[in-house]
Amino acid sequence: MDKGYLNMELLRFTTAGSVDDGKSTLIGRLLYDSKSIFEDQLEAVETASRRSGNEEVNLALLTDGLRSEREQGITIDVAYRYFATPKRKFIIADTPGHIQYTRNMVTGASTADLAIILIDARNGVLEQTLRHSYIASLLGIPHIAVCINKMDLMDFSEKTYESIKREYCKTVVEKLALANVRFIPISAKLGDNVVSKSENMLWYKGQTLMELLESTPIDHKQSMSEMRFPVQYVIRPISDKFHDFRGYAGRLSGGVLKKGDAVIIFPSGQRSVVTTIMQCENELAEAFTPDSITVQLADNIDVSRGDILVSENELPVTGQDVTMMVCWFNERPLYVRNKYIILHMTRETVGIVKSINNLVNISTLEAEAGGDMLKMNDIASITIKTAQPLVFDPYEKNRTTGSLILVDPDTFETVGAGMIYR
Amino acid sequence: MSKYKLTHLKELEAESIYVLREVAAQFEHPALLFSGGKDSIVVTHLAYKAFYPVKIPFPLVHIDTGHNFAETIAYRDALVKSLGATLIVGSVQESIDAGRVKEETGYYASRNKLQTVTLLDTIEKYKFDAAIGGARRDEEKARAKERFFSHRDEFGQWNPKNQRPELWNIFNGKKNIGEHFRVFPISNWTEMDVWQYIYQERIEMPNIYFTHEREVFLRDGQWLAAEFCMTLKPNEKTEVRQVRCRTIGDISCTGLTLSKANTLEDIIDEIAATRVTERGGRADDKRSETAMEDRKIAGYF
Repeated sequence: MDKGYLNMELLRFTTAGSVDDGKSTLIGRLLYDSKSIFEDQLEAVETASRRSGNEEVNLALLTDGLRSEREQGITIDVAYRYFATPKRKFIIADTPGHIQYTRNMVTGASTADLAIILIDARNGVLEQTLRHSYIASLLGIPHIAVCINKMDLMDFSEKTYESIKREYCKTVVEKLALANVRFIPISAKLGDNVVSKSENMLWYKGQTLMELLESTPIDHKQSMSEMRFPVQYVIRPISDKFHDFRGYAGRLSGGVLKKGDAVIIFPSGQRSVVTTIMQCENELAEAFTPDSITVQLADNIDVSRGDILVSENELPVTGQDVTMMVCWFNERPLYVRNKYIILHMTRETVGIVKSINNLVNISTLEAEAGGDMLKMNDIASITIKTAQPLVFDPYEKNRTTGSLILVDPDTFETVGAGMIYR
Repeated sequence: MSKYKLTHLKELEAESIYVLREVAAQFEHPALLFSGGKDSIVVTHLAYKAFYPVKIPFPLVHIDTGHNFAETIAYRDALVKSLGATLIVGSVQESIDAGRVKEETGYYASRNKLQTVTLLDTIEKYKFDAAIGGARRDEEKARAKERFFSHRDEFGQWNPKNQRPELWNIFNGKKNIGEHFRVFPISNWTEMDVWQYIYQERIEMPNIYFTHEREVFLRDGQWLAAEFCMTLKPNEKTEVRQVRCRTIGDISCTGLTLSKANTLEDIIDEIAATRVTERGGRADDKRSETAMEDRKIAGYF
């Protein structure tokens, strides 16, 4: 057995694009060429392709899971796909690209380390390219791979590639201040530069998409930032062996925690020292983000779910008037003065919408004046007032401590996603 | 810098433990659905790790079709004893005797589908508000769109078109009275991850996952166990073969793999080389293209 399998890293990426861009074909190609499609899956897709009258095997059917999606030939929901190479394990959040599914794109982007933006080489940079790139930057995805697809239909022309690349830099990169953007000319249909180097584009000296996916540094911004440990659950055994045990269970959401570290508990402001860090029976000298651990403190103080342990160096922001970018998910509109349940890390409180500061036109990225309501798929800056103070970092510093969701108090549906900026 | 990197198995473990702790924090009466298969064994192991040194703070629930491999039941009972856990058994036989469901007949009769009624009855009887399962998104196409926290209405039904968006690692377990959640802590694991983790953690497994001699017969290109609950067609003959289970469901729908894999290393090598999905051996999924989606909507695991 190859023990290397036990020591791989995990990269989560998202793909945005519509059917016409060849997104499903690209995913099918990645799965197929990395030998992640099994014979019975391929057989099922062949049968289904024939039934729906396709002449060629439609790899898109691999990713369209639900009956209504197959019937309509579209992807509605976020689908998760998995594949592994000897170097890495990958999780793809495959999201529909149409404007009416912005909320699904936002969902898929929320946990991604990398976004693939697909451009049809025949069409160049379109309005939707800007929109997909904006969502990737709004959700703080650290790396962007712009795949210029269907190069086979443009005679694999370097000139076409260069001109689209220039256009993207001018209209998107500058506007959104994107960092870490890479460009790859591909043909998903024929496989050029997806997994194997293209024989047709010898002028391209860069990496194939797979090489890029295998080598992109996985973001450690969060583990390099200040220590943040939201308490999820208090473990108190009633047994003689663990008589005085009082463990705070949770998942590190920033930085590194070491045994003996001084910590401040927010929002109370009490101070203590970490005496043990445990992972089941094992005691650790240190733990880092995003590991799940159990912590014991030197002092017998009141700490419960919703509290957060932080390092002394850089304190989080505490406040009840919180301004954020919000993406609205529900058919019931958001109105100013509406109340919502706020779920922020492990804390739950109630918030009232004070104002809609401005609305983003996600086709042009112009900010428009905010009215008094938001419709489904709108993205806007809003300010809420919360019943209890929130302890947070700006989203651009920390994607976990800086994010929250809004829940409808009547239906309990998740109706909005917020990225806090102050 | 590279010092602070989790391996994929550690990251998956951290995510699953986080999900299990959210269940304990957000729900009043959770339960862990234990089938005796490798996935629910891994979830149980993760639950042990999540709450140590406290015992797993919810019962294990086994929906017993009455058509189990004897090894599964022996393993279940030994595990429950070693964990000091509570076991609740929901019996499909009792549902049949009470007239709640009608047993299928014919050569392809299976109690797999009947489990849904017994499961929903058990959830209602014990007022469970969250049922934790070992389903994974890579298993089947309808499961690829499943959430970690999957909402079920008061009829126990799944509505795939109106799922709650799930962002970052914030899980919304809020619900009205009578509704419940299915929670899938190992959603992001693949079959390979599961076996690698079992190997890494040295988790003891039921011996039917390893090669053994068994009386089997071939039906529709698939090896099935010649056990008490199976009826052979006139042209089907039994023979003794070296086989192992790749998944374990009840006997009637568990396809066996001809295999000499004797150790966890052998199994991992075998999976790395295999070209058929594990559910390729499950007769219950072959009934139609959307068999899983249909069963899930009705309230299946």
